Amino acid sequence: MPRSVKTLVGWARTAPSRATVLSGDEVTSDERLAEAVAGAGERGMIARGLGRSYGDTAQNAGGLVADMTSRQRVHSVDAGSGLIELDAGVSLDQLMRIALPFGLWVPVLPGTRQVTIGGAIANDIHGKNHHSAGSFGDHVASMDLLTGTGEIRRLEPDGPESELFWATVGGIGLTGIILRATIRMTKTETAYFVVDSERTANLDETIERFSDGSDEAYDYSSAWFDSISTGPKLGRAALGRGSLARLDELPEKLRRDPLKFDAPQLATLPDVFPNGLANKLSFSAIGELYYRKTKNEQGQIQNLTAFYHPLDLFGEWNRAYGSKGFLQYQFIVPLAAEAEFRSIIADIAASGHVSFLNVFKKFGEGNRAPLSFPMPGWNICVDFPIVDGLGEFCRGLDERVLTMGGRLYTAKDSRTDAATFAAMYPRIDEWRKVRDAVDPEGVFASDMSRRLALTS
Amino acid sequence: MIDAVGHPSSLLLLGGTSEIGLAIAERYLAGGPLRIVLAGRQSPGLAESAARLERAGGHVETLEFDALDDAGRTETVRKAFAGGDVDVAVVAFGLLGDQEAAWQDVEAATALAEVNYVAAVSVGVTLAAEFRRQGHGRIVALSSVAGERARRSNFVYGSTKAGMDAFYTGLTEALRGDGIGVTIVRPGFVHTKMTTGMDAAPLSTTPEKVAEVAVDAVAKGRELVWAPAPLRAVMTVLRHIPRPIFRRLPV
Repeated sequence: MPRSVKTLVGWARTAPSRATVLSGDEVTSDERLAEAVAGAGERGMIARGLGRSYGDTAQNAGGLVADMTSRQRVHSVDAGSGLIELDAGVSLDQLMRIALPFGLWVPVLPGTRQVTIGGAIANDIHGKNHHSAGSFGDHVASMDLLTGTGEIRRLEPDGPESELFWATVGGIGLTGIILRATIRMTKTETAYFVVDSERTANLDETIERFSDGSDEAYDYSSAWFDSISTGPKLGRAALGRGSLARLDELPEKLRRDPLKFDAPQLATLPDVFPNGLANKLSFSAIGELYYRKTKNEQGQIQNLTAFYHPLDLFGEWNRAYGSKGFLQYQFIVPLAAEAEFRSIIADIAASGHVSFLNVFKKFGEGNRAPLSFPMPGWNICVDFPIVDGLGEFCRGLDERVLTMGGRLYTAKDSRTDAATFAAMYPRIDEWRKVRDAVDPEGVFASDMSRRLALTS
Repeated sequence: MIDAVGHPSSLLLLGGTSEIGLAIAERYLAGGPLRIVLAGRQSPGLAESAARLERAGGHVETLEFDALDDAGRTETVRKAFAGGDVDVAVVAFGLLGDQEAAWQDVEAATALAEVNYVAAVSVGVTLAAEFRRQGHGRIVALSSVAGERARRSNFVYGSTKAGMDAFYTGLTEALRGDGIGVTIVRPGFVHTKMTTGMDAAPLSTTPEKVAEVAVDAVAKGRELVWAPAPLRAVMTVLRHIPRPIFRRLPV
């Protein structure tokens, strides 16, 4: 396939830019990709997967973008050790379909399965099981990285190149192109979850549920919370917490095919939504519905879509925000900042910026990667439609998050500035040192790396 | 890069002492950190502009820029891009001149044409090349309603702005396929040092108001705006008024 010039955007459909996109042979062959890297030119190159990052991480205005989704090979599956070696362009959805018959489960699943292995490592993604399993980088046994000098380096978390390994985990593609990786999968008897659902009446109760130790009983936990209602209903949440079901926990009829991939999609949203549909009235209504739908129930057996990916019922749901797009604001603050954190939630509700898709989760320990997002704390994710004044509002939030010792997530950010980002990641200079050493010519660059001054 | 909420990281101001240009820079600065390249003739005025933007939190560099220097203006635009990506470039320089002198004095007339038209075209060509290489960016061209219909009272100025406006209108189309945007701003009478002592026309405005219109237009991807907005309707009418009547209008 020839190179083609395309306008690229992230999942939130903001800040488009044009780049020359490489695909086909030029990406699937290690040699040809190395040649493309060598001839990248002054605007450099970045790898792109399925475009699920919300902002500008996988865009490179005026330069090259390697569409990694054509790298689709699975090299080996070892059911005994649970190790699967595969190309970086394979999606988590595909990995799950491949792995389930062997009784292997994708160790970390984010809010969508439509992300590539390369993207999962480069953003060090997390899921509902962060408190029990850590983030994606914690499950990578090794990876092959094509560097700016054209070498292919085999990296391991504790090997001689461990520094480069951890700079690549969460390094948003700026240390090189991840070609292949070996993932340490989780063993499972079934593809179902045993789930406890409950509703909380307000923010106090929500925080209490995540603080009273009950979370430790579940491998997976998170909550949808109400960020529109002010007053006593503020922060009320629908909690879903569970663990992978054992075979003996399944009802008779599911036991016949316990590893069945059961994740239906109902519809793909057409691209016809007007701007302004995403408003307080419509969001309050949907939110109320979602909240009421959640009953206080123990031990339900749920499939992946019901428990984990309700939005997957609607493909391309980002279209519902219209052509202006939206912005996802995800931040984490240390557990100690609970009081200030409560006031942020109240201020979001009172701000007039309405968000429907609100996720609340308490994170566990972070890992060694300098640019990895997770750390022990309160993780919050809200979606705002783009309207006048949103930039100022988010800058205000940035400042408070920073003051609390918190930070933003690269896979979601589309608007913060270089100084704020650097202050949120105190180990950034350590990361820069490793990056500059592995890519002395500065081949790898993206719109995000320019916006956040991550590359010189 | 211009971010998801329309805030750029860097701004090039061609015409580094332009009050509208500076007001645009200040408006962007209110929305977050900004690298500003001020291109203008080395003068106390340019230094004062730089100081003013630094006080507002900007990271400011100045470059020598003389609109009458052919080779120099191209060099300046290239230098501005050599220091890092330029997200928004504002073509803000211009001369109003003495209108009665301008239509009777060759030098005065050609000076207006050189600065307002030739130099604007020249930097437009260089900006287009640099932005295409860079793969993103937005040009803001400060035009004028004076270019929409020549008036007896300032037709030399008006004719230069008409030419400049037409050039950037065409450039908007030429750059469309490259993902580079152009926003043409047509202000009416603006209270600035350039218009000090003149009688204000109806719907007169201020540099800050023009800046608000320009920044909003860039964020929304609009290609042609008037400042203030009602001028659009006014000009639509004025353009079609027969000459014998137009001549008698107090505009």
